[in-house]
Amino acid sequence: MTALEDRPDVAQEIGRDRRRKEDARLITGRTRWTDNLTVPGMLHLAMVRSPFAHARITSIDTSAAAEATNVVAVITAADLGESQGACINAWPITPDQVAPVHLPMAVDRVAFAGEIVACVVARSAAEARDAAELVDVEYEELPAVVGLKEAIKDEVLAHPELGTNKSALWVFDSAAAGTGGDVEEAIATARESGVVIEREYRQQRLIPAFMEPRSVVVDPTGEQITIWSATQIPHILRFALAATTGVPESKIRVIAPDVGGGFGGKLQQTPEEMIAFAVARHLDKPVKYTETRSESLVSAHHGRDQIQKLTLAATKDGQVTGLKVELLADLGAYVAIVGGGVPVLGAFMFNAIYKFPAYHFACQTVLTNTTWTDAYRGAGRPEATFAIERLMSELAEELGVDPLEIRERNWIKHDEFPFTTVAGLEYDTGNYELATAKAKEMFGYDELRAEQQRRREAGDTVQLGIGISTFTEMCGLAPSRVLGSLDYGAGGWEHASVRMLATGKVEVVTGASAHGQGHETAFSQIVADRLGVPFEDVEVLHGDTQIAHKGLDTYGSRSLVVGGEALVKATDKVIEKARPVAAHLLEASVEDLEFSAGRFSVKGTDAGISVQELATAVFAAHNLPDGMEPSLDADATYDPINFNYPHGTHLCAMEVDTETGAVSMRKYVCVDDIGNVINPLIVSGQVHGGLVQGIAQALWEEAVYDDAGTLVSGTFTDYLLPTAADTISFEIDHTTTPSITNTLGTKGVGEAGTIASTPAVVNAIVDAVRHLGVDDITMPCTPQRVWRAIQEGGRA
Amino acid sequence: MVRISLTVDGAKVSDDVEARTLLVQYLREKLGKTGTVIGCDTSNCGACTVHLNGTSVKSCNVLAVQADGAEVTTIEGLASNGQLHPVQEAFRECHGLQCGFCTPGMIMQSADLLKENPNPSEEEIRLGLEGNLCRCTGYHNIVKAVQHAAAAGGAQ
Repeated sequence: MTALEDRPDVAQEIGRDRRRKEDARLITGRTRWTDNLTVPGMLHLAMVRSPFAHARITSIDTSAAAEATNVVAVITAADLGESQGACINAWPITPDQVAPVHLPMAVDRVAFAGEIVACVVARSAAEARDAAELVDVEYEELPAVVGLKEAIKDEVLAHPELGTNKSALWVFDSAAAGTGGDVEEAIATARESGVVIEREYRQQRLIPAFMEPRSVVVDPTGEQITIWSATQIPHILRFALAATTGVPESKIRVIAPDVGGGFGGKLQQTPEEMIAFAVARHLDKPVKYTETRSESLVSAHHGRDQIQKLTLAATKDGQVTGLKVELLADLGAYVAIVGGGVPVLGAFMFNAIYKFPAYHFACQTVLTNTTWTDAYRGAGRPEATFAIERLMSELAEELGVDPLEIRERNWIKHDEFPFTTVAGLEYDTGNYELATAKAKEMFGYDELRAEQQRRREAGDTVQLGIGISTFTEMCGLAPSRVLGSLDYGAGGWEHASVRMLATGKVEVVTGASAHGQGHETAFSQIVADRLGVPFEDVEVLHGDTQIAHKGLDTYGSRSLVVGGEALVKATDKVIEKARPVAAHLLEASVEDLEFSAGRFSVKGTDAGISVQELATAVFAAHNLPDGMEPSLDADATYDPINFNYPHGTHLCAMEVDTETGAVSMRKYVCVDDIGNVINPLIVSGQVHGGLVQGIAQALWEEAVYDDAGTLVSGTFTDYLLPTAADTISFEIDHTTTPSITNTLGTKGVGEAGTIASTPAVVNAIVDAVRHLGVDDITMPCTPQRVWRAIQEGGRA
Repeated sequence: MVRISLTVDGAKVSDDVEARTLLVQYLREKLGKTGTVIGCDTSNCGACTVHLNGTSVKSCNVLAVQADGAEVTTIEGLASNGQLHPVQEAFRECHGLQCGFCTPGMIMQSADLLKENPNPSEEEIRLGLEGNLCRCTGYHNIVKAVQHAAAAGGAQ
């Protein structure tokens, strides 16, 4: 394509630490969170939620609530009937997947504590909440099943009518797929003449805990029903509402205004959104629902929650010959929008950066009487990375080899790319050697190993451990054909429009939907460079289905690598549309024009015209080439040709008090390779935040249920989010191996830190106390668990 | 209902409020000061932090009636004469925010911290912000922003 060759040679914006356009409003409180909105005549909803994990609803008496001050209505599922729609399960991973029907408001049975059974509508939020206390629901408690190992027995059923808790068994086998050998053979050989590492790891349940509680406003009074929602997925939500309620898609407008974080947690078609939609239609009045934090923790979907049974086979010189993965994954009470498929996203990542000759993966998903689970930052890939990076360190220990050395013996060398893995993915580029060498130097690896040795020999009370994680991930979800082959219900393309306004300013519309990522800034930088216009002249619009009419939203580290590529293509179309106009006005032939830094000029002359001047000329339309439409605007929809594969080497030093079990982080170094970087400042922020979420899984966070199915960690006093006082400053850097699957050479970064950091931290803690007989500590590594592991190790 | 009169971001206001109304509810619902936000219901997150008579408080932890006669400054009143407060400027400069939801509280708390301690160490900054949760930044750039603001005279 000529446009690609003609792009400005000097990148002025890409790679620059632009301060964010978004910040002016966010630092002054001029924000547009959904809960800030008030629509004339708006009523407020409060939800009545089940306190029981599993119960039959025998009666609901709404009379006292209905008589309370300023209560307009008390609504149950019986009032809404089919108009409440249903929550969709968009990723039925097997044809015979067992999945209960998930109605937003329960009809006669609840399947988790927190499920909505009624809803009060009042003139103020406080009055609605007061009256919700007066709704008298009689329950007949049923036995609840909590925990994977209980659920798999199929003795107590989460949904008795289904006859089983087992939802789907999804299997990948490299011998069957033709991507590698037979894993059982590899394990059998290793048992005879090599080494076999067998472990069971627990991925505890986590809560995404975005800072902005979910909120939704529905206004049914216009020609269209308008929904403002704190969602990551306005386009998918619009489709889902239309598909499950029968309201035509063209009659629904979804707006995601300022959205305060998501991390996958707002990638959902929620019961609360569905109920607000149904109640607004039922009453023909605007309504608002904003959850409390405690409601959020019990009802917004959770993440992770797997038991991983792992078998790694290797030769005595440390060459891995096979990996067998058997997973149990807890879906919670219902199969969420992509919840069924989250473990499948991990299936392709257990082999990580390594050349394994044989691989077998099997995942059994299971229903329990707990909050549903779905995507949480990394979605399947952090679980896989944790498992393999822990195993590689265990293998190193078994063979008495340095854990970096064992990785190097097995990883794909930089000159072996593109490389087709045993899981069947083609990694386009990477340079693990380079990132590792840089990280080692920044970390002072050899010096810290020497200090560790000294302290071990001296028998220090506080021991030092060094943890390693050399991760990769597949991101840029996703090539539509791949999603189709995995039975996902939609595609993975993204859409962009570039509109040239009469004054030469540029409006960019993206189907990605930012909630903290800085799209307005980074996408402005891309267009400014490519189109050769000032950064300030570009306005990025998103998150409103009426403005961004097409899109597949933001998750899976896709906005830049998929949405950014759509934007590149739309921008290039604008340039191509402008070219004949420029030739016409400059009275030159198209062949004699060159385009550079926003200007078409006639080769070898001073004559030229800028693309912004052309926008004005096209608006006037007084003098255009014959037959040309008076518009430079262009759209592009891009379907990625492949995933891309960021990678990095993370090194962590932890101090462990062997007498108390308390741990503290001393140093964390990471060198990530995410290809070309549009805005280094934004990228570093993504890495820092990602690191802390991953570290939090290793050290602090866990959604805990009691045997009755009550979420014990149901407030921010019990669910331990890290604070500034718990964390340290990080040393981060990059290597740059551009991706060859997109024009900009970029890779995803949103999930990288979270995927990489958890195993680095746990490896470091285990490394600190390995000599005391410890080879694993269950996450989160609380002082109690660390202390117990040391006691059980028996060498303290 | 109880009659309260106070000054919010420099403007005198007077309203009848229910005795149970929280200061944050009064600010958001009655005055439309939606720059101050609610992130939790257990006073852990600090997103609602404002200054009450010059000192930071979590406005979900103060009844509106307790602010009777007081001077309240929110994130919307922190800039003066069209000039951002040095802490606001520093948060932008150092990329101390991503989604921005915790930011009003973080900035108000940081401003109070610097007023008490104009040259804090990293550890003092981290301890001083312990009552404010952020899920996006990992605190790294928030700490840098406070250091940056301190160097720029953020204590004023």
